[in-house]
Amino acid sequence: MLIRPRFRLVPDGTRIAFMRGRFLGLAVSAVLSLLSLGLFIYPGLNLGIDFKGGIVIEARTPGPADFAKIRASLTREHLDTTGVQRFGAEDDVLIRLESQPNEAATQAAADRVRHALDQAVPGTKVLRVDAVGASVSADLLHEGMLALAISFLMILMYIWFRFEWEFAVGAVVTLLLDITKTVGFLVVTRLQFDFVMVAAILTVLGYSTNDKVVVYDRMRENLRKYKSMPLRQLIDLSINETLNRTLGTSMTVFLASLPLALFGGETLSGFAWTMLFGIVVGTSSSIFIAAPILLFLGEHRLRKDAVAARPAKPPAAA
Amino acid sequence: MLYFSRLKTALILLACALGVLFSLPNVMRAPAGWLPWRQLHLGLDLKGGSYLLLQVDMDAVLRERLEGLVDTARRALIAGNVGYQSLAAQPAQDRVVFRLRDNAQQAAALKALRDALGTSAAGATPELQVQASTDGTVSITLSPPALQERASAAVQQSIEIVRRRIDETGVVDPQIARQGVDRIVVQLPGVSDPERIKQLLGKTAKMTFHLLDSAANTTAASPPPGVEFLPMQDNPAQKLPIRKRVEVDGGDLTDARAAENPQTNEWVVDFAFNAAGARRFADITRANTGKPFAIVLDNKVISAPVIREPIIGGRGQISGRFDARSATDLALLLRAGALPAPLTVVEERSIGPELGADSIRAGALALGVGFGLVIVFMGVFYGLFGWIANLALVVNLILMLGILSLLQATLTLPGMAGILLTLGMAVDANILINERIREEARAGRGPVAAMEAGFQRAFSTILDSNATALLAHVMLFVFGTGPVRGFAVTITVGIITSLFTATMLARLIMVRWYGRLRPAALPV
Repeated sequence: MLIRPRFRLVPDGTRIAFMRGRFLGLAVSAVLSLLSLGLFIYPGLNLGIDFKGGIVIEARTPGPADFAKIRASLTREHLDTTGVQRFGAEDDVLIRLESQPNEAATQAAADRVRHALDQAVPGTKVLRVDAVGASVSADLLHEGMLALAISFLMILMYIWFRFEWEFAVGAVVTLLLDITKTVGFLVVTRLQFDFVMVAAILTVLGYSTNDKVVVYDRMRENLRKYKSMPLRQLIDLSINETLNRTLGTSMTVFLASLPLALFGGETLSGFAWTMLFGIVVGTSSSIFIAAPILLFLGEHRLRKDAVAARPAKPPAAA
Repeated sequence: MLYFSRLKTALILLACALGVLFSLPNVMRAPAGWLPWRQLHLGLDLKGGSYLLLQVDMDAVLRERLEGLVDTARRALIAGNVGYQSLAAQPAQDRVVFRLRDNAQQAAALKALRDALGTSAAGATPELQVQASTDGTVSITLSPPALQERASAAVQQSIEIVRRRIDETGVVDPQIARQGVDRIVVQLPGVSDPERIKQLLGKTAKMTFHLLDSAANTTAASPPPGVEFLPMQDNPAQKLPIRKRVEVDGGDLTDARAAENPQTNEWVVDFAFNAAGARRFADITRANTGKPFAIVLDNKVISAPVIREPIIGGRGQISGRFDARSATDLALLLRAGALPAPLTVVEERSIGPELGADSIRAGALALGVGFGLVIVFMGVFYGLFGWIANLALVVNLILMLGILSLLQATLTLPGMAGILLTLGMAVDANILINERIREEARAGRGPVAAMEAGFQRAFSTILDSNATALLAHVMLFVFGTGPVRGFAVTITVGIITSLFTATMLARLIMVRWYGRLRPAALPV
């Protein structure tokens, strides 16, 4: 009846000195984030039509698509496309158009693409039409950024309310580093940045915070428990103690996101790859970024009395 | 922590039972008609359909109101024998201004205007403000609250007309709602090509009947006062001098039908006026027999036939080189009524049924595989307690389904992703508890003490870590639109249900299991 766990992700009682790598961790993270910022400025995010406006039409032709014919037909309709390409299967066509000078023209262009397709290859099924006017995309961008900013602030306030301010600063700086890297990932992969990506970033943000909260929670507990342990040792201990949980939860979320990336279809795969990247970044930043920041900030504050104390004996629970 | 009262146990089991009950409507038919049978709705991205976002042209509402004021002011000034010049609307300032020819007539002008507009100087919240300045200019300004009220009414009225037009096309179960200040969301399930509906909604369909100014020269640079040059519908190069005054308004129509004229094989639209419209139509046609009469639709002249005889019965016919479709559409638009302001489609998202089905298949596959992976992981790495967590996970899924059904939430493709992510994150609570129990047991505590300490210490961590995720997703719901909202809803509901299943249900099962077997060591 007693079904014991078969394996452990990490053996019990590890005593890895994570804080030894604190400078390296911070340096690597800072460089990656700076690079990401640079990429964000140039070439910048590949804005999808949610935020840039424009038209995307996905169609399925009977039999393999004849791209020359479709392009010719679109040109006859005086439609200035930015891309006519194969999309997955060889009978799937994706057509993109820039946002037109005014709203009515954008909508009219979408309808004209439908006609052009029908003339080029009769029997073509239009699977999807997204036509977003400039005013709508501007509003969506505004709303997306607002959602990100306010969520960020609320998370900051929550951590500040629940923990000492050093923790809040540590968490927020780490989250900023996480987000910039996620943005860098989006630039490098050229994944379309649509509203769904805002959802992905927010989820990564929520997940990453969750991870930091758990590690911080343990540090706070250990601060009370081992009154004389130096902070550096205490942080290492806390990370080691929560390592199985940190990796375990990362694994389950990773395992849940992986099938989305592999079979979730076009809409979800970008979202899921961003999630997967975010999980890796969020998990490693809990250990290599959030903890060192806390160590730098808290060295003389969280542990005033222990600065002079000699390293205490490692506790039995570790 | 290890003791569950009978009441608490019963409540936990009741909550699970309710979850099963509320999720039942998604898998079976209602056994009786009177039962509240609430289902999860499929979003347009899964079932196929169109989403249109319409923008009401508020400037047009204002301009039309000001044009009306110009007309009223002109008549009042002429009737009051007040000389004026450069009477014009200034939409940017929400007002109509003119200049008095003789400043001495100021009092007379103000009186004439106030009588005509029905605004006394002592009005409580006057819609209009009539002001005269010493240099002889007089302005009639619309007040901001009145403007807002008018704009709001225009959107409301537009929604009504949009609904009527869509109902006429036979679309099943359309959803039409206001969004923000001046936008209207139209959702059309099952319509993958909304081109015709876009065209129908893009027309104001304001039909008016006017007399022509036969003396005017249409090649002149600007039309004489009270006249405008409007293009013919089927030949925009040809312009007709139309008197601005509306003789009969399309709002007085009671019916309009497309029909084929058996003699000419031409498509026409037959219409009928209500009593007031019929009377006015009769008066005009009687007084102007032999003169041309223009039928104007959205500032284009459909036709301008010569009146052969007075039309008394209030019935008429429009012919203007229609084909079957354009005649049917015009009749539909006339029956549904004119929009108070032009609508522009600013966003279209259409999904064909094939892609919707593909998405459901992809989402279901990902959900199944992901769920399986998480369950295997928990079983392998956490043993018996992992399987208990898995049981709680299944109940969590059912509870989510039940609550989402109860809320009649819409399941979108991102929503399916949200369910999967919730499942991945829900076991976090179980992992936290199990790791903690294991640690306590290794520290030398007995099974009871270890479980007790594990539950207790993990709980505050679980709360903290879920609270931040909850905050982020509530924000996403507030600011998100469409499918992304579906994601926020499923994750928010999932976080709440997972708190229950992980900290209450899983704990109950673990405690019961321990109480039954009393093992010497825990399987951690």
